[in-house]
Amino acid sequence: MPRISVTVDGVTYEDDVEPRLLLVYYLRERLGLTGTNVGCDTSNCGACTVLFNGRSAKSCTILAAQADGAEVTTIQGLARNGEWHPLQKAFNAEHGLQCGYCTPGMIMASVDLLEHNDDPTDEEVRHGLEGNLCRCTGYQNIVKAVRAAAGEVREGATS
Amino acid sequence: MTDTATPATGGIGDAPVRKEDAKLVTGQTTWTDNIAFPGMTYMAVLRSPMAHAKINSVDVSAALEQPGVLAAFSGADLADEWAGPLPCAWPVTPDMVHPDHWPIAKDEARYVGDAVAVVVARDRFAAADALEHIAVDYEPLDAVVDMEAAIADGAALVHGDHGTNTTYTWPFSNGDVDEAFNGAHKVVTRRFINQRLIPNAIEPRAVVVAPIAAANEFTMYTATQVPHILRLMLALTTGVPESKLRVIAPDVGGGFGSKLNVYAEELMALVLAKRLGRPIKWTETRSEGYQTTIHGRDQIQDVEAAFDEDGRLRGLRVKLLADMGAYLQLVTPGIPILGALMYPAIYKMDAYDFSCTGVFTNKTPTDAYRGAGRPEATYAIERTMDEAAVELGMDPMDLRRRNWITHEEFPFTTIAGMTYDSGNYEAATDKAMELFDYDGMRAEQQRRREAGDRYQLGIGISTYTEACGIAPSRVLGSLDYGAGGWEHATVRMLPSGKVEVVTGLSPHGQGHETTFSQIVADTLGVPFEDVEILHGDTKVAPQGLDTYGSRSLAVGGIAIYKATQRMLDKLKTAAAHMLEASPDDLEFSGGQFSVQGSPDTAMALGNVVLGVFAAHDLPDGYEPTLSAEFTFDPENFSFPHGTHLCAVEVDTETGMPQITKYVAVDDVGNVINPQIVDGQVHGGLAQGIAQALYEEAVYDDAGNLTTGSIVDYYVPGAPDLPEYTTDRTVTPATSNPLGVKGVGEAGTIASTPAVVNAVLDAVRHLGVTDLDMPCSPERVWRALQEGSASRDQVAAQAQGGQHA
Amino acid sequence: MIPAAFDYTRVGSVDEAVQALGQHGEDAKVLAGGHSLIPLLRLRLAFPSVLVDVGRVDEMRGVRDDGDHLVIGAATTHDEVMHDDLVRQHCPVISDVVSQVGDPQVRHRGTFGGGIAHGDPAGDLPALALALDATFVIAGSGGRRDVAASDFFVDYLQTVLGAEDVLVEIKVPKLGSDWGHNYQKFNRVAQAWAIVGSLALVRRSDGSIDEARIGLTHMGSVPLRASATEQALAGASTDVIADACDQAAEGTSPPEDLNARADYRQHLARVLTRRAVEHALGG
Repeated sequence: MPRISVTVDGVTYEDDVEPRLLLVYYLRERLGLTGTNVGCDTSNCGACTVLFNGRSAKSCTILAAQADGAEVTTIQGLARNGEWHPLQKAFNAEHGLQCGYCTPGMIMASVDLLEHNDDPTDEEVRHGLEGNLCRCTGYQNIVKAVRAAAGEVREGATS
Repeated sequence: MTDTATPATGGIGDAPVRKEDAKLVTGQTTWTDNIAFPGMTYMAVLRSPMAHAKINSVDVSAALEQPGVLAAFSGADLADEWAGPLPCAWPVTPDMVHPDHWPIAKDEARYVGDAVAVVVARDRFAAADALEHIAVDYEPLDAVVDMEAAIADGAALVHGDHGTNTTYTWPFSNGDVDEAFNGAHKVVTRRFINQRLIPNAIEPRAVVVAPIAAANEFTMYTATQVPHILRLMLALTTGVPESKLRVIAPDVGGGFGSKLNVYAEELMALVLAKRLGRPIKWTETRSEGYQTTIHGRDQIQDVEAAFDEDGRLRGLRVKLLADMGAYLQLVTPGIPILGALMYPAIYKMDAYDFSCTGVFTNKTPTDAYRGAGRPEATYAIERTMDEAAVELGMDPMDLRRRNWITHEEFPFTTIAGMTYDSGNYEAATDKAMELFDYDGMRAEQQRRREAGDRYQLGIGISTYTEACGIAPSRVLGSLDYGAGGWEHATVRMLPSGKVEVVTGLSPHGQGHETTFSQIVADTLGVPFEDVEILHGDTKVAPQGLDTYGSRSLAVGGIAIYKATQRMLDKLKTAAAHMLEASPDDLEFSGGQFSVQGSPDTAMALGNVVLGVFAAHDLPDGYEPTLSAEFTFDPENFSFPHGTHLCAVEVDTETGMPQITKYVAVDDVGNVINPQIVDGQVHGGLAQGIAQALYEEAVYDDAGNLTTGSIVDYYVPGAPDLPEYTTDRTVTPATSNPLGVKGVGEAGTIASTPAVVNAVLDAVRHLGVTDLDMPCSPERVWRALQEGSASRDQVAAQAQGGQHA
Repeated sequence: MIPAAFDYTRVGSVDEAVQALGQHGEDAKVLAGGHSLIPLLRLRLAFPSVLVDVGRVDEMRGVRDDGDHLVIGAATTHDEVMHDDLVRQHCPVISDVVSQVGDPQVRHRGTFGGGIAHGDPAGDLPALALALDATFVIAGSGGRRDVAASDFFVDYLQTVLGAEDVLVEIKVPKLGSDWGHNYQKFNRVAQAWAIVGSLALVRRSDGSIDEARIGLTHMGSVPLRASATEQALAGASTDVIADACDQAAEGTSPPEDLNARADYRQHLARVLTRRAVEHALGG
């Protein structure tokens, strides 16, 4: 069984993993980090999105064995010193979620999006989130939330 | 509404941020699949790969020898475990054909995905692996997939021993239909196909059962909309006493009707936990869910509408074929009936005739999907109005105006016998047309037509209404539904002044905790944050009928409002005693009781609560309770309505349709939280648009689900949907004290015909007369080819005529 | 959602990879980003006994300048390729097409070589490689060999890659600034595979077309070139574009599925090719 060392939300873990163990199940069932969800079995829905070495990735399409040496950030590691990330605040303020099941993945995909474009247009947000499906919101308030958070991220950068 | 001062945020009409969100945006949620118990085992289900087959034998012995496998059973092995088959609570006719539906097929599999065996193992891996070691000897039987083929003579039978694929025929008629049609200037005849859809709540279904087997006690956590209904049905189907069952709907990730059911896996998990004495978890995969979680829609609608020369609608005939799939799930047969009384929609007419035939096929059962019967009805009537406008040579909005119920005519009893309490179709339409720039868009459409633009513009209308807020129990009884439609609430004042509210509803994304807190905060004059809403656990909220049919606010919200008022009345009696005044002289405002005329003689609500809690000095005979209950049974449905206008651009070279503008003006009565209401409309629109343009569950002739995963079934993403312009008119409902109506399904019900009408309107002048849903680019392109061929033919004939 | 069991070995070099594949034969599969393979494993549509992870083989990663060619390591992620300065400077069409592969998450993990080696004619990269006249460097037990893109794709999901072969890198010609390009990807929802795609690479001089290369996605069991159109455009004036593109579907026998029957695919190929050529010329 491959032995992996992986840092998740700032904590380093060493574990023996079965080769077929998907990263998402490693996070959920070995580490108990159930904030990251499974919504499909075809890499379409994006509910399982985490940051993998800083970039958004679908943790259902990565073997835990491939994560050896990687740094993973999940929705549970996004807040800093108890303060929510601007995207967490904006999804709340703009009603960018209803049932909330897609939300962790949607927020993590948005974190990556804003890191590379801190002033996206509506269209850029929509295309940037094409790997994430939501069945509740019709996306309008998600777009609004990401753009609102972008404003806060920009302000944070200049202040 | 009360006369209390509205708090700055958190009262009725405000938009405080949702209470639900903290856990959801931080990943601290309790989805069913997150729940773990020591000694947890995992269940996996082997499913039929054939649409129809005799099961000659099932051999689980090799599976049992696999490491980590605790148990494996065939349907026959578990046959004695069931006290009854899976329930159908809506026998719509006394003679409805209702075959037994066992959680695991015993001798015949009737759709691809029908369970044939089940295993329990120490983890997900062992369970999945074990399925590969079960040997099933299937003998293929003829499958029937198409509804019309199913009712033809000599069709293969889904349930051979019942002798027919027809489960029921449900008729309704009012007025002299023959007279309406015989005297008509124009009869418009159309067939609409309301295609089969897959609900796709983003959280897959999951269930966990934690047993105390020795005591025959069980707690079930399940991703359900209906913990209360489920508990009763579990008792009836497994024989475990209802009092020994606790059902918890923890955080539930969307439902849209798909979790309004009693599923085979819930029953299996319960009986296996009972047999094994171990906690059991089952979680479906998305593709598995495509086969086994209910589907929606799937109706063939034959519509005839009779008109006078001036466009007056004289009468309507509707004949439905409704696909039940292979079995009747919880309310399968009733879904088309929920739409039956809404085909007349907002229009006046002399006569209406309806019949629906329910048909068995070898496919996944259908049941409630967002709107449940009403989207189908609205699609048929709103498409018919556009078609009639073409045939009558009228503007489609003018034709609607000519026929709709005017705002002076409410309350109005329709030809279908529904009494609409209130509405103002003129106001919603005027507002929508202005926001849409209807005249400007028509001018642009004309310009493009004249220019022969590659991108033609179409404008689609839907002036919908719907009946929701299920429901008056008497009406449900008259429709032979198996339960009532009331809802229950308990309001408890805690000694510290905080408030706990228990509701029998079971939310899964709707924002109930926020909306209901607003009602209670507004009524009691307490801070929004001080109100806690408890739900979704039969031990915490023992009475309830759960969440579906846009009933939560208009039924459950009213129960909460009434219970809160009852609480206030009780406290008023105590306050009067404490203030040494007569209760009649007391008024309540801003969170305190005061004596009329002497505002200084006052007592804050919290102090009254403490006084009752201490019970040291209460009036003689006063029961020192800090709780009040109310069970509300509405006297009528609620009837939201609105006008939706959609602009679609069609690329005439490729057939690709694209929505370029969408305006929705809805009238959902008084609004508690405008942000949540807008969100419900947005999400509803997305699902209605998805039916119009993207989604369809397709089966091949052998009964295989061709769109078997989310790769092939097109759930639209953010780039695929437009930005919506939403607005409201407010015509309060008169059937409840808050004047509210349901909103959860309205967007879905309204939008589908608006989009399809727009697509057709874009290409009708090019000879296209009909399009099936979803309006895929290939379908539009083919219709354009046929349209231009038929135009050429007409032109050739006309030319030939001149020469003759 | 639970793959059948397999063994896993991570290799540090191409030679190690070839050796590992040689050891396990037909039952072994190369794993790079995993974005074609892991979905198949999860649905139990593939049952390899061993995965050989080449994701960290340095010589298979990154883009380098090789005179009149660029060399793209097969295990370079889509996202890295898309944003690579050399690619943007010398072959921006690659950046453009790769930006339309999958979704951002897929592009962060999926690899350029993986998207080609999977041999899916509905994928965007096979037609790109074909239109570019790319060369594939393949390592096997007999050493390394170069295979032209036109020889690489054999049939649906089948390439010349044998059980013991590893696609190491892809050589693409640098295109001068006189080349224009456009990829028309036609699908029903953003996430979906192309129903049809048409990639036009057009070199223009003095109002006429010197050379055109057209790659077609999902028009057969392998990616295709629209040769008749290419010939009709070569050395022609822009007036002939419409007529030339009417020949885009010649010789194709496209698949039929829920989204398109063959005649519609052929129609789309003609329309999309015309649009791609027009856009490539800056129209």
